[in-house]
Amino acid sequence: MSRADPIIGTDSSEAAQMTTATPRPGTPGPKPAPPPGRAGVPGGRQNGAPGQRPENRADVPGPRSGPEQVTGAQSLVRSLESIGCDTVFGIPGGAILPAYDPLLDSTSVRHVLVRHEQGAGHAATGYAQATGRVGVCMATSGPGATNLITPLADAHMDSVPVVAITGQVARPLIGTDAFQEADITGITMPVTKHNMLVTDAAEIPRAIAEAFHLAATGRPGPVLVDISKDALQARTTFSWPPELKLPGYRPTTRPHGKQIREAARLIAAARKPVLYVGGGVLKAEASAELRELAELTNIPVVTTLMARGAFPDSHPQHVGMPGMHGSVSAVGAMQKSDLLIALGARFDDRVTGQLSSFAPGAKIVHADIDPAEISKNRRADVPIVGDCKEILAELIEAVRAERETTVADLTAWWAQLDHWRTTFPLGYDWPDDGSLSPQYVIERIGAIAGPEALYAAGVGQHQMWAAQFVKYENPRTWFNSGGLGTMGYAVPAAMGAKTGAPDRVVWAIDGDGCFQMTNQELATCAIEGIPIKVAVINNGNLGMVRQWQTLFYEQRYSNTDLGTHKHRIPDFTLLAEAMGCVGLRAESKDDVDRVIRQAMEINDQPVVIDFTVGADAQVWPMVAAGTGNDEVMAARHIRPLFEGDELSAGVDEVNEVTERALEDGGSE
Amino acid sequence: MTETHTLSVLVEDKPGVLARVSGLFSRRGFNIISLAVGQTETPGISRMTIVVSVEDFPLEQVTKQLNKLINVIKIVELEPAASVQRELLLVKVRADAGVRSQVLETVQLFRAKVVDVAPEALTVEATGTMDKLNALLRMLEPYGIREMVQSGMVAVGRGPRSITATSAR
Repeated sequence: MSRADPIIGTDSSEAAQMTTATPRPGTPGPKPAPPPGRAGVPGGRQNGAPGQRPENRADVPGPRSGPEQVTGAQSLVRSLESIGCDTVFGIPGGAILPAYDPLLDSTSVRHVLVRHEQGAGHAATGYAQATGRVGVCMATSGPGATNLITPLADAHMDSVPVVAITGQVARPLIGTDAFQEADITGITMPVTKHNMLVTDAAEIPRAIAEAFHLAATGRPGPVLVDISKDALQARTTFSWPPELKLPGYRPTTRPHGKQIREAARLIAAARKPVLYVGGGVLKAEASAELRELAELTNIPVVTTLMARGAFPDSHPQHVGMPGMHGSVSAVGAMQKSDLLIALGARFDDRVTGQLSSFAPGAKIVHADIDPAEISKNRRADVPIVGDCKEILAELIEAVRAERETTVADLTAWWAQLDHWRTTFPLGYDWPDDGSLSPQYVIERIGAIAGPEALYAAGVGQHQMWAAQFVKYENPRTWFNSGGLGTMGYAVPAAMGAKTGAPDRVVWAIDGDGCFQMTNQELATCAIEGIPIKVAVINNGNLGMVRQWQTLFYEQRYSNTDLGTHKHRIPDFTLLAEAMGCVGLRAESKDDVDRVIRQAMEINDQPVVIDFTVGADAQVWPMVAAGTGNDEVMAARHIRPLFEGDELSAGVDEVNEVTERALEDGGSE
Repeated sequence: MTETHTLSVLVEDKPGVLARVSGLFSRRGFNIISLAVGQTETPGISRMTIVVSVEDFPLEQVTKQLNKLINVIKIVELEPAASVQRELLLVKVRADAGVRSQVLETVQLFRAKVVDVAPEALTVEATGTMDKLNALLRMLEPYGIREMVQSGMVAVGRGPRSITATSAR
């Protein structure tokens, strides 16, 4: 049966009003609702009649259709169309080849042909982070699938809803060390939320529906569906929606009332409270509720690296980003707090520093959708399991009721916080050698592109500066690899974000090291019409490693000089032009605004700017790895939280602190 | 002895479930003392009995992580006092005519039974708790243990209630 002649669902009169999953030209059908980006709320209910079918079909979005005789490959594409997938990033190959044939005919699923499967995975992540919908990537068996491992691990650590579809060798060949065979479900078990191997064509719609449901609900994460080639080639029946069979999957979204009241009681009584906001607030689309609670209580807010933009940087209650390179005010606020209200955050070691000395006087209210995060690192006094949006909505009511009798005075607390803010603001010095300051470049990009633009960063110094010096006002505007720390994330993630949000300006703020890992996707951007802007913060080195070598390895620069300054290899402007992009360069302060504005005016081509910056700029503040947050250094010689009169500390002291931490069994 | 807990874990009977569970234990640094898996009265659902050591991680963290596995349906901790816990032991003991009657006496004392006999050896089958089987082995050791194999522990709660009754939906 030909793809051009699908049978419209015939099992009810209602189905007759639905279009086929692939809208034909001239038959403008309703576009299926996107899968839910927010945990716990099955989207697309409006598309069906939940009361008329088994309960677990109600969780599957998309119009009813079928039954219809198709191939497994057609069933896969129809499933993607039905669930509302509009973009797939991928590369074909032997085992997945059958799926690419019906993909050619799909009018609602766009396939973006990437240059490396890692690019497909990060693009799916960027797409998901920008849109809140499930990002989809596709690869063939063996090396195609193994190239997806890094982005899957990345999405797993940062809880990004991604579905990866891989081809597998035909069932009779599985286990025989066949050509391009890899046990990808075995390999990706630890780095996915779930995965499955499908060897029966009839199972394909259900596998796709389950994968999207698992990826998007509860704590989001990546799900891999491995489909054997013979299943893609087999004849089967397609009908939608399939029934989900997930008896062991019941995420809790609704918080426990008693815990909410207990949290509200602590919040109303605390004298030094802090709202410790993590990425879960963004995933739950709970920024408005967060703001309401913050303003109701006047409690200071810190946003973690994964939560930048969840609360406006310009808001007077925002005291900064906590963590290893957080602001003194944010680190200090948490250290001296008497109550941390953790929302969708996981007490990561980069936030807590040495766990035993983290926020010693604070009681902990820990709200997260993943019960396993609660009390994993720091014991919670009040654990709350649920979706952050629902938790915040209920907390607001409970706190409001509590405040009728108890309102703590936060004046002294704010005086302390303001003292830190004014005494130790984020800042930077211009390099002594007259070279361009990387912080200035990033600050200017943020100022010129503004808070409506989307920003993706790689990993390293430029990532920290982009988190510090771009001012984020809106949710889903800042994307980075927070948990896994994946160099090479920026360019493909920006490509995915731009694909999902084509009307937004998208900047990749990248380093010269990171950029050389995944810049081949610029060719994809140029050919597919995805005009991202890439700022290569080119300091000629693996900058963050070099910073540690400066501080902790006696300035012995082992293998951190990339030669991008010394030899100008590669020449990033020529590289950009070779890949169909506009290449620009800025080497002095006067160039910076001009090239940024020039890039902002180019909207039909990707742009790459080589910002040649000084190699010796460092990321400050800093809590040296393995040390406690009380040891935060505002700059190289300033340790603000140090009790007593020693307000200056040199490199030696940082070294000493680090050595002590290492002796104490600290990490790193 | 380290503190151990016995978990009954109901899982979907799907390929790779055992790998998911054992992989979780190894990558999180949890310690498995024993693991046994088999069918239940409900088709499609298997039951694992896992004895875990909780020296380094609280039990809560182990069960929460297990619960996150999509194929895990339900986890119940079985208290030793409120459950029947059994292991199976097959042991081949050197027992020529000279000592055979002594060996048989020991076997009887432990309510074990002889399941195979040869002129110079007996194969003994015994079930019981870990403690009982260890005691039996200590008694048999002097005669010479030629070969032994032990199952993981299986356990079921005492009383009329069933942990599977509400989960097979």
